[in-house]
Amino acid sequence: MALDKPYLDVPGTIIFDTEQSRKGYWLNQFCMSLMQAENRQRFKADERAYLDGWAMSEEQKQAVLERDLNWCLRTGGNIYFLAKIGATDGKSFQQMAGSMTGMSEEAYRAMMVAGGRSAEGNRYVGEEGDAQDHRQPQAKPVGAAGISGEKD
Amino acid sequence: MARITASVYTSHVPAIGAAMDLGKTQEPYWQPLFAGYDFSRQWMKDHPPDVIFLVYNDHATAFSLDCIPTFAIGTAAEYLPADEGWGPRPVPKVVGHPELAAHIAHSVIQQDFDLTIVNKMDVDHGLTVPLSLLCGEQDPVHGAWPCPVIPFAVNVVQYPVPSGQRCFQLGRAIRRAIERFDQDINVHIWGTGGMSHQLQGARAGLINKAWDQRFMDLLIANPSGLAQMPHIDYVREAGSEGIELVMWLIARGAMSDVDAPADPPQVVHRFYHVPASNTAVGHLILENR
Repeated sequence: MALDKPYLDVPGTIIFDTEQSRKGYWLNQFCMSLMQAENRQRFKADERAYLDGWAMSEEQKQAVLERDLNWCLRTGGNIYFLAKIGATDGKSFQQMAGSMTGMSEEAYRAMMVAGGRSAEGNRYVGEEGDAQDHRQPQAKPVGAAGISGEKD
Repeated sequence: MARITASVYTSHVPAIGAAMDLGKTQEPYWQPLFAGYDFSRQWMKDHPPDVIFLVYNDHATAFSLDCIPTFAIGTAAEYLPADEGWGPRPVPKVVGHPELAAHIAHSVIQQDFDLTIVNKMDVDHGLTVPLSLLCGEQDPVHGAWPCPVIPFAVNVVQYPVPSGQRCFQLGRAIRRAIERFDQDINVHIWGTGGMSHQLQGARAGLINKAWDQRFMDLLIANPSGLAQMPHIDYVREAGSEGIELVMWLIARGAMSDVDAPADPPQVVHRFYHVPASNTAVGHLILENR
């Protein structure tokens, strides 16, 4: 009997379930390594060489090098883990979260100060809210957002 | 006999800790948030606990994908603030209460909850930010938190996470355990994390004030009904990380009215603010009658 995954139709969201966790094990373990100052220095000195020390897929490495967090999520990354990359880069959590919305940093911050993104139209895929794929001002398509990354 | 006199609920946001550590609490962005805790800091001084039982979630800090316990209780003598990627927070170490923690672990496991027992771990902002909010700034070397703290970590990072119902029942088991501890001490139970927030994907920044307020209403007046809410409702209505709110049901389940025909606890403080970074901040203090 198939597992119950009622969250697959939430737009702009990839739930970090056991399937995603399995896919993202090494990507997320790489992120954990950045909790040590020495590893942060090694990563900053030569990102590619540092990433090559981990059993990550080439796509996961590219997603990290490009700091494309949506891409990282689709390849099995989890935001609590990916936050270590942002911390290493000196970015706030708000800057990281904002980077996934296709909005400018200023626009995202202004949205939060104004009360945040509305739930209206953003509960199910196919509604008309601003987090829906067809309403997103992304620089490049993030087609897998909202379904569990099987396009990867 | 030990007793639980109060429960405290608060969101925990890394940026709140950073605002305190960098002296930004009176900036216009942060001042309204910290003003919401003025009452709470005085209340802590007026109602000092002997021990805080602090329910929080580890944010991929002590627990990586190598090991993901659903419920983990800290039985160590002390815990150091973790390096989450920008160096450890400049706050005092957290002193534990091994004797009570081991007693609770023993009792709760015998009540059919499978706790992971942790004797060594660092604690992240999930635990230190609530302490900072309620206790104010502390010198990392010469300062100290006001009492021992028992860390209780809940997995809300990897799905499936424990249900609200299981968390509520666990809170009841924790209360029974504490009441069987043979020392006359006063325990606070804190449920931390949560309120609406989504930290990932194109939907990041979701805030649902009406839903958050309703959650607090039900938490006070009808927690057993609230405990029935399925995970998907939290995700749809309050964002994917809004699921952290299940932890509040552990603290609420430990209040004495749950197992006795009694009035709901007294609400001595209630606060709500948007935003702190990406999240809504909710805060409640409930005292047993």
